[in-house]
Amino acid sequence: MSMTKNNREVWITGIGLVSCFGEGAAHHWQVLGGDSTPIPIQEKELYAPYTVHPLPEMDWSKQIPRRGDQRQMENWQRLGTYTAGLALDDAGVKENDEMVSAMDLVVAAGGGERDIDSDRQILGEAINHKDRDKLLIERLPNDLRPTLFLAQLSNLLAGNISIVHKVTGSSRTYMGEENAGVTAIENAVARISAGQSTQALVGGAYNAERPDLLLIQELGHYLSQNSGEAIIKRLKQTQGGIVPGTASAFLVIEDADFARKRGAEPYAKISGVASDLGKRDPQKTIPRVASILEKTGADKKTIDGIISCASGVKDISELEMVFLAEKFGPQIPIRFLTSMFGNSIEGNFPSSIALAAMALKNNKFYPQFEQAEQPASGEPSSILVTSFGHRFGEGMALVEKT
Amino acid sequence: MSSKYLDHKGRPVIVVTGMGTLTSLGRGKKDNWDAVIAGKSGVKEITRFPTDGLNTRIAGTVDFMDTEEISAPEISYAMAEATAEEALAEAGFGSEGFPGPLYFAAPPVEMEWQHRFTLMDENKDAEPGYKQLLEAARAKRHIHMHLLVQIGGIAYRLAEKFDTKGLPISLSTACASGATSIQQGMEAIRRGDTEAALCVASDGSVTSEGLIRFSLLSALNTQNEEPQKASKPFSKDRSGFVMSEGSAALVLETLEHATNRGAKIQGVIRGVGEKADKFHRTRSSPDGIPVITAISRALDDAGLAGKPVDYINAHGTSTPENDRMEYNSLHSVFGDDISSIPISSNKSMIGHTLTAAGAVEAVFSFMTMQNGKIPPTINYDNPDPDIPLDVVPHVSRDAQVNTVLSNSFGFGGQNACLVFGSDVV
Repeated sequence: MSMTKNNREVWITGIGLVSCFGEGAAHHWQVLGGDSTPIPIQEKELYAPYTVHPLPEMDWSKQIPRRGDQRQMENWQRLGTYTAGLALDDAGVKENDEMVSAMDLVVAAGGGERDIDSDRQILGEAINHKDRDKLLIERLPNDLRPTLFLAQLSNLLAGNISIVHKVTGSSRTYMGEENAGVTAIENAVARISAGQSTQALVGGAYNAERPDLLLIQELGHYLSQNSGEAIIKRLKQTQGGIVPGTASAFLVIEDADFARKRGAEPYAKISGVASDLGKRDPQKTIPRVASILEKTGADKKTIDGIISCASGVKDISELEMVFLAEKFGPQIPIRFLTSMFGNSIEGNFPSSIALAAMALKNNKFYPQFEQAEQPASGEPSSILVTSFGHRFGEGMALVEKT
Repeated sequence: MSSKYLDHKGRPVIVVTGMGTLTSLGRGKKDNWDAVIAGKSGVKEITRFPTDGLNTRIAGTVDFMDTEEISAPEISYAMAEATAEEALAEAGFGSEGFPGPLYFAAPPVEMEWQHRFTLMDENKDAEPGYKQLLEAARAKRHIHMHLLVQIGGIAYRLAEKFDTKGLPISLSTACASGATSIQQGMEAIRRGDTEAALCVASDGSVTSEGLIRFSLLSALNTQNEEPQKASKPFSKDRSGFVMSEGSAALVLETLEHATNRGAKIQGVIRGVGEKADKFHRTRSSPDGIPVITAISRALDDAGLAGKPVDYINAHGTSTPENDRMEYNSLHSVFGDDISSIPISSNKSMIGHTLTAAGAVEAVFSFMTMQNGKIPPTINYDNPDPDIPLDVVPHVSRDAQVNTVLSNSFGFGGQNACLVFGSDVV
């Protein structure tokens, strides 16, 4: 609905990225931007029959120097706060008080962590307990840690970023699975584009190594079982489904004039973002996503490549492939980010925008993420990013060379 | 656009054309207004779950919704649906759908114990734990439970029910969320993205675990003996907030859009101010600067910088720290004028409706202007001498109110302040 009007150009000037491959925009370009298909890290045993992309080895102290701050968080918030710091560093504004105290903070967040051990113990006692409600009020006051509650609150990722990195111009947290990432980018871009903001730190994080979160997706039978294959192969060989991934992406985006004045170099610009929600049946979904595409301005452009957040959930991912092939021709190179990072839900859309921006800056699109993807050639100048949520919502962005 | 439709900064004037609310005091604007004007409290002993041995055994629960299960997502959805329906009906939007986006202040939604127990019972013989629950989930699709535990789930359902436009927005700034939903509707309208926005906030999260978590942060009121007297903002013996449930919805439109379709104008949203805090996860900066900045920005945005307002609808949670910090910040902004501006806390009667508070209190603020009556701060038996404010103690007061400042401050340091007006200026 809220189509971005291009009043002011919106530049991406900083990227923070953490995935199973490691950390940092430069490192990710090195791993993903070469000539051969990168091989993602996967954990297949711990949560079998589910595969997840794990957190790489982290030294949290590099971006969250105070131990006390680290202790107040669990891995989801640590990951987001860490990645936000990487983005600020990359944009050259880290610890620039004047800059960060005026910077807007926009976070895509899910729900926080649970104490898996404590949940397990309560389940064990509850099975033969006559009054489970009573059991809960006896156990929970002793079992729950106060700090865990703070690690559970959705808006506390933003709270921690404000505390650790002093970003305090404004603060808002969006929720809603994959759509949270779309809304966060869309809102930050719309505000800068309309002159309501000049500089924003925007992104999201997801911790896939949590059985409580696997459970949520499996309630709807959305997880891939016994297959961590890349998206196209997964859909060919199995019933499809999500392979979750621990990942986080944060971007510093700003008004181009503001960035020029402070001498910042852009990766790329975000030219349009659009999204919608509606019934998921082909009769309705196709015209709806066609309209989203039109609103980004991408359908009138030569698109050099697409970075897709496809979940791997069969119907919607196949519909997306048909739609994109119809719009851009069967030769269009599509890179399924989720084949590399896994599905980082709230982190998906920001991660894809980061990858698009890195390709544009480096004048090269990515090698095939699997054999069935079309190879790319030449220097890209316009990249489309797509997000079709596993059950609800769709969004797209047009990322272009400045 | 004709200048009569623009505000002092050349932006579209934003009006409210429909409102709805629901709290522990009842369903709908009228019942709620009658109760707050009469100084009634909706706080009571919790009956939803056993509370033996808990430090806090009271809350402002909403126990009259007809839902399939008693859970935060179901109660929160039912309340949001009711208030959105009331607001849309008042604004005159019917079956043709709503011509703008939904901004929904979403409560913390997650899988609850009853859901875990359901799955456990479906796989009784397995070893207890998440493996057991995952096996149960694999064995049978639980598609409605999946919807309930989607954090965006309530907004998806509301968007479908009321046919709002575009991707519905679920947002959280903790206890400032209700105000933030209104702020984001304003921003979208000011950008020219839309002529209208539906802003809804709802919180039905008084579960045993939810209550115990807040309790562990030592933020909750423990004066269980007389529930209705427990919430006492600005009193010397205030000792924590009362966790409560509720919802509110507001239809925002440009003045031009409302005028062209002949809608009745309920009031004007004049300004908003925001500033985040970097001091601490649950405490505000001792210097009050983030809150002072949020209030000052809101007044400036409304064209009221350096001027008093007619009434302040306080955040007033009844925690020792909040009420003192709120006073200090207001004193810093308004100077000695603050002692003559009436200020009251709806939370003395309805408790803290958390995610919904900013929106519920916005509805009460507009009704204050419409009815020329200021709701009281009840339970003000023991004034805090360090907070010398005119809190409209005990009973409501007749007064002409044309401008209101409404404060919302969240855990995690997110502060949002709104300025409302009775008339287009």
